Amino acid sequence: MLRIDGVYKVFNPGTVNQKTALRNVSLTMKEGDFITLIGGNGAGKSTLLNCIAGVYGVDKGSINIAEVDVTKLTEYKRAAFLGRVFQDPMMGTASDMILEENLALALRRGKARGLRWGISNKEREVYRELLSHLGLGLEHRLNVKVKLLSGGQRQAITLLMATLNKPKVLLLDEHTAALDPKTASIVLDLTERLIHENGLTTLMVTHNMRDAIRYGNRLIMMHDGRIFLDIQGEEKKKLTVEELLARFGSASGQEFSYDRALLS
Amino acid sequence: MVEVVKGALSLGLLWAIMTIGVYITYRILSIADLTVEGSITLGAAIAAHAISSGMNPYLGTLIALFGGMAAGLCTGLLHTKLKIPALLSGILTMIALYSINLRVMGKANISLLRMENVYTVFENMGLEPTWATITLGAMSVLVIVCLLYWFFGTELGCAIRATGNNPYMVRAQGINTNTMIIIGLIISNGLVSLGGALIAQNQNFSDIGMGTGSIVIGLASVIIGEVLFGKRNFFMRLLSLVFGAITYRIIIAFVLKLGMHSNDLKLFTAITVAIALALPMIKDFVNPPKISIGEGEQDA
Ligand SMILES: Nc1ncnc2c1ncn2[C@@H]1O[C@H](COP(=O)(O)OP(=O)(O)OP(=O)(O)O)[C@@H](O)[C@H]1O
Ligand SMILES: [Mg+2]
Repeated sequence: MLRIDGVYKVFNPGTVNQKTALRNVSLTMKEGDFITLIGGNGAGKSTLLNCIAGVYGVDKGSINIAEVDVTKLTEYKRAAFLGRVFQDPMMGTASDMILEENLALALRRGKARGLRWGISNKEREVYRELLSHLGLGLEHRLNVKVKLLSGGQRQAITLLMATLNKPKVLLLDEHTAALDPKTASIVLDLTERLIHENGLTTLMVTHNMRDAIRYGNRLIMMHDGRIFLDIQGEEKKKLTVEELLARFGSASGQEFSYDRALLS
Repeated sequence: MVEVVKGALSLGLLWAIMTIGVYITYRILSIADLTVEGSITLGAAIAAHAISSGMNPYLGTLIALFGGMAAGLCTGLLHTKLKIPALLSGILTMIALYSINLRVMGKANISLLRMENVYTVFENMGLEPTWATITLGAMSVLVIVCLLYWFFGTELGCAIRATGNNPYMVRAQGINTNTMIIIGLIISNGLVSLGGALIAQNQNFSDIGMGTGSIVIGLASVIIGEVLFGKRNFFMRLLSLVFGAITYRIIIAFVLKLGMHSNDLKLFTAITVAIALALPMIKDFVNPPKISIGEGEQDA
């Protein structure tokens, strides 16, 4: 479903600020894979997701989504394949527009926008139905400006928007990091449910080792622009935090010096 | 007194068209587009040249609309393709238009006295000139408001509105934000130029300097409209722009009557806009906001 081949990404090449954020990253995701991606600050996790989404072009290598070579496609063209939720709850929605307008924009992801009316009554029913499944009472607030909603509500909405028009790959970049623990766990459970119900191929970045182990069928750890660990199947199911730390140490030759991951 | 209000009403309706154009860039796209200073004159110049060389005034006015759209396209291309900041792109087009406007007119001003213009038809029906202007102005404004209300409700219009609000999200939804910005600038400057054409025919001349400060007049009208007439839904918001433009003209008419020199008008307008834009800050300063927990989260 997603194939990344030998991707390099260098920021500010030829300057004193030159930074190689991705070094020869290769990754193949099968349909229905739910990968959790973990790694310290600056490991290159966000850069990898942004390269997949086309926010940045890559300097070397190729990216295929659903057998289409998207390496040279612009961000908005790749959006036809991708659902995305960002770390910042402000990023995923148009805050001055009302809830149903946001959903309607997402329903048409990857389709040409014409002079048809922006929202149909039939859609509204669907939105109400889907929102009621979120259990946040949002089905009664279709006409509320999104900026009046809480961060957790917004992330839930962005998730729904990302899955509304079933994406080939769902990219989640620490989408619960800005939320309080209780809200974060609600949104994570919702994430798992939506992924499960829609059979979505998902790449989820998290800082939380426990979440990385609990969710998904495959775990990848990055460090310094490389993929160091790739654990799947039975092995992933039996994984513990201690073992993960030990394996990171032996693979990278370094201690995993990341306090936030250890805290929770 | 009645005469003053009537005059302000007629001028306000014509300037409302321009105000709506400014609103599209300033509020919807979140861009301060200075192209308008050039495109309002462009509209006046095209209409004046067309009419003085014997063309049908309606056709001349239509060409003025297209001229403004082309100016908006230029700014849009400078901004999106050449990656020049929006403010600077607008300034570049505005400066370029100064020369172009002189070319179009062939001189610094054209008089349209005693020539047939778009209002003549209404005058021939027996309306006095001011009423003719009010009639045509109100009709134009009504058509434009309805068209824009429809347009910004369509898929394309929603995408343009979202672009001004959160371009990251819009790209993630598969929309080309550059195209949306260009379309917005085209519509905006088309309207401003149309306004310029109607204003020139109303005042019976076009002048190379008539655009100077027009962006500030537009902003003043937008803000007055929002403050006095609210911004509940989009249709009311568009109407509030019209009322804002008319109110601005009434205010100007009165300060002139009170003895302000007309040369000081632009200073007066600029100060008014500066104060209006600073209002939220002044309010916070005088009356610091109380921190309220959980506002707007009744259900969460
Ligand atoms: N736009 C950019 N310009 C220059 N350097 C960048 C840019 N984006 C990322 N980098 C650099 O690339 C490296 C990888 O950053 P990235 O954001 O991918 O890390 P990350 O794994 O997501 O970290 P975090 O856990 O802090 O989010 C970092 O050293 C960062 O400073
Ligand atoms: Mg990151």
